[in-house]
Order: sequence, then structure tokens, then C-alpha cells
Amino acid sequence: MVKEFAVSFHWRKFKERYMFIGSRCGHCGEHFYPKREICPKCRRTGKMEHVQFSGLGKVYSYTIIRVPPEGFKTYVPYVIAVVEIDEGTKVISQVVDCRPEDVRIGMDVQLCFRKIRSERDSGLILYGFKFKPLK
Amino acid sequence: MTEEAKLNRDVAVIGVGQTKFGEHWSQSMREMAVEAGIKAVEDAGISGHDIQMVVGGNMSGGLFTGQEHSSAMLADYLGLNPIPAIRTEAACSSGALAMRVGILAIASGMYDFVAVGGVEKMTDIYGPQATTALSGAMDYETEAYFGATFPGIYALIAQRHMYQYKTTREQLAMVAVKNHDNGFLNPVAQYQKRITVGEVLSSPLVADPLRLLDCSPITDGAATVILAPADVARKYTDAPVYVKATAQASDTLSLFSRRDITTLDATVEAARRAYKQAGLAPKDINLAEVHDCFTIAEICAYEDLGFAKKGEGGKLIQSGQTMLGGKIPINTSGGLKSKGHPVGATGIAQIIEIVKQLRGDAGKRQVNGANTGMTHNVGGSGATAVVHILSRDR
Ligand SMILES: [Zn+2]
Repeated sequence: MVKEFAVSFHWRKFKERYMFIGSRCGHCGEHFYPKREICPKCRRTGKMEHVQFSGLGKVYSYTIIRVPPEGFKTYVPYVIAVVEIDEGTKVISQVVDCRPEDVRIGMDVQLCFRKIRSERDSGLILYGFKFKPLK
Repeated sequence: MTEEAKLNRDVAVIGVGQTKFGEHWSQSMREMAVEAGIKAVEDAGISGHDIQMVVGGNMSGGLFTGQEHSSAMLADYLGLNPIPAIRTEAACSSGALAMRVGILAIASGMYDFVAVGGVEKMTDIYGPQATTALSGAMDYETEAYFGATFPGIYALIAQRHMYQYKTTREQLAMVAVKNHDNGFLNPVAQYQKRITVGEVLSSPLVADPLRLLDCSPITDGAATVILAPADVARKYTDAPVYVKATAQASDTLSLFSRRDITTLDATVEAARRAYKQAGLAPKDINLAEVHDCFTIAEICAYEDLGFAKKGEGGKLIQSGQTMLGGKIPINTSGGLKSKGHPVGATGIAQIIEIVKQLRGDAGKRQVNGANTGMTHNVGGSGATAVVHILSRDR
């Protein structure tokens, strides 16, 4: 029973996942990923605007997934990392284009655009950002 | 932020009951809930007619068995219609949330006898499907989407904790070994089997650095507790256990958005509120059931609940002080690791272990002189934390 969602479920996330767009609070200057309408610090005085992140960052923590959820079997073993991006916020995605064993905390990485997985029945191919070692 | 007031009316636990935890091929979700419910009502010495409301924790009956609306299922099959029934859901802390809602209902003065329970039937689907179902406990859109798994999220916490505080792989393994030592003595535990540090370290990797024996299992089970106003508790039992505090806090749904991924701020805040409500400090707690869904989670819990300084949770497990016979025995039931983790039932089963210990009914696991105990139940990677303090003293 893999959950397959209608196209709209993925389509509305295009900006977030394809262009790495999040939010910045014009009041306190804090960055957020994913985008938020309310700044938790400033609440009603906050002024949220969309911002495209640079895509540069450092590995903050990482793991190598050996037992995958449905849909990810062909990618095992793959690295999932918390990446601290230069704007100061953090995100989770995969680190690719290197051996999983070579990933380290503090490693410089940059964004890349990749396939995430495909839906089994509809054949819909899902994309999004991943990170690769900074060259 | 306005601080919470105290409960308007004191509440006591007058009865407890649970199924054995494990893989119950012959029992459905509703059958397990009924078994635990009957045991709790019998233990309390009341009749089903006395119960005025039922609250049941259930993370995902829908994904695990196809059955949502488990509140109605509970009232119906427990023979309790037409009393109101509420389902609470906060992922793996759904059970403790049921406890909390029951306490608040009695404290409000509206109800006197409330049955609070939890149930999860996890083995009716296959492993990868269960992994997918559990991934709904984290941020589905920004964590699970990219292939993060639930063990993977805790592995990220472990890796950073080891990096930042020099927590060792062996210290993580010691948590599993201790909890299996305790579960070995618990007749309702899923794994009544001792393990060694070597076995943990040679078990298959799930998400580095976490291995299979760092992870709590997939479990079927149900647990129920009967709550009543403290003023009448002695009419029903010689050993009432009083609720000294019920506290809950929230944090970001996703791990990566946290101030510090090695600290569960929701736990820190729920514990702060609980200690304040009870007028107690960590040194006053004689034993605790903490949320060890993965070994690293117990290390973090030591720190976040105030039993160890930040970063020194690894040293605390190594000191042996959290074993039975130590200064602060933790997870005498075997914890989620060895007793099992039927997600919706876990929070109630934690309450039951503390009640048994405070009553002096814990058999070979009995902590001598246990007077005040704590439970700590976490939803997801820490977006919800629920802390209760129970005591023999009113
Ligand atoms: Zn702001």
C-alpha cells in the first residue's frame, strides 16, 4: 500500500523542491525552509518574503540509509544529511556524487537537481534538490 | 507565554491492564483493546457502567489496519456505548496524550471515571509498509519525501551527538543491553531475552551509526488505565497512585528546523512544566520510563529530563546508575526497546510500569522504596513530548 498522491500534491511544491525557494522574515531577518507564512519569532509583526537560497552549505549531520522506505529500494545505500546552508537555516536531503563512506560533518556541499523516485502505478517521476560535494 | 495553572482537582490511577506486547497474529486491534480494557476495569474493581468517557491513543489504525475512527471502535467493542469516546493522535506519543486528556477531563469536574488507553496493531502489514507508515511521524513533505526514514532521523541525532559530545558507539549499545536486562524480567515484554554489547555492535546497520539492536521493534499491543478523582481513589484501591503533574510541549515537526538537533526542546519544556507543577526536581524522581525508540533517544532523554548534564548522557549510561539497583533506574519495564513499541499504546504502558513499581507489584524488577516516578513519551523526532509525574504521595 504505497501512498500515491494526485499530481497536485507534488506540483504545488515545485518552487520549494525545484528552485529551493524558502522564506525570509523582513522584520528579524531569519531564513526558513520550507516557506512559512508566519515568523515564529515576530508573528504578526513579521513580514515574510520568498527567497531563493544559494544552495551552498555544510554537512551538519548525516546517516547512510540501509533499510529504505517504499520507493527507495534501488538507491540503497544512500546518504541522508542535515545540511546547514549559508543563509543560516538547515534542510534535509541526500548527498550524492560521492561514496557514502566519504561524507563527513563539516563537508562543503552544493545543491544539485536530481530525480528523487518514481511513483509505482502512475509512473510520475518526482524530482527535487540533493547536495553534492563542492568542487 | 502564559504559564499553566495547577489541576483544579487531583486525579489518581485506580486500575491498570495491558496485553502482552509482541506479534499477535491471533488478535486484531479491537480484540487487544478489549483485553486491556477488561483487565483494567477488573483491576480497578469498578463496573463498565461507572466509566463516563473513554480516551484512546492510536497513531495510525488506518495505515496499519485500514481502520480509522478507533475511538468509536473502542466504545463500541468495550460495550460502553453511548458514552463519549475520543481518539488522541500525536504519533508515538498518542498514548500519553490520552492519559493527559483523561486527567484534564476529571480535573475539569465534568467526569469522575475515565478509561484511558492506547492500542496499535502493527504486524498486519509488511515491514517496508510499516516503515512508510511510521515516516508520517516526521515531516512528510520535507523529510520523508527525500528518502529519510524514522531510524534515519534518529541516526542524524546520534551522529551529531557523537561528534559534539564524544558519545561512543558502545555507550549507545549499553542502553539496549540494559533495557533487555530489564525486559528479561518483565513477563509482558516482547523480547524477554538478554543481549550483549557485542551483539548490538554486530547486528546489521539500519542507518549509520544505528544498528538493528539500537531500534525498538514493530509491536502489537494495547494498554489501559482507569482514572478517578483522588478524593474517592481509596474506595477502590489500597494503593492509589496520584498524578502529580501532566505536561506537554511542542516543537518543530521537522528535525532540521530545531535550534539544536541533539536536544529535544519539547522534552526540556515539558519536563520543566512537570517539575514545576509537582514542586519537584530531578533528584526527587526515583525511577523513570523514558522514550527509547532508539538507543540515542534514551541518552538524549537523560539530558533533557535533567538526569544528566547536556552531553553527559553517554557517561550516565556507562556509570550504571540507570540500571536496576542504580541511583535512578530507567526503563525498568525493558523500555520501548525490549518491552516493545506498539506506538499508540506505549505511553499508557509506561504509566502502567510506574504504577506497578509504586504499588510494589513489579516482581523481580521492583525498585526498592519507589515513591515517585516519571514517564516521558515522545512523538516523532520530538515535535511532541509528554511528561507525567506519578507518586504514592498525594
Ligand atoms: Zn521574524
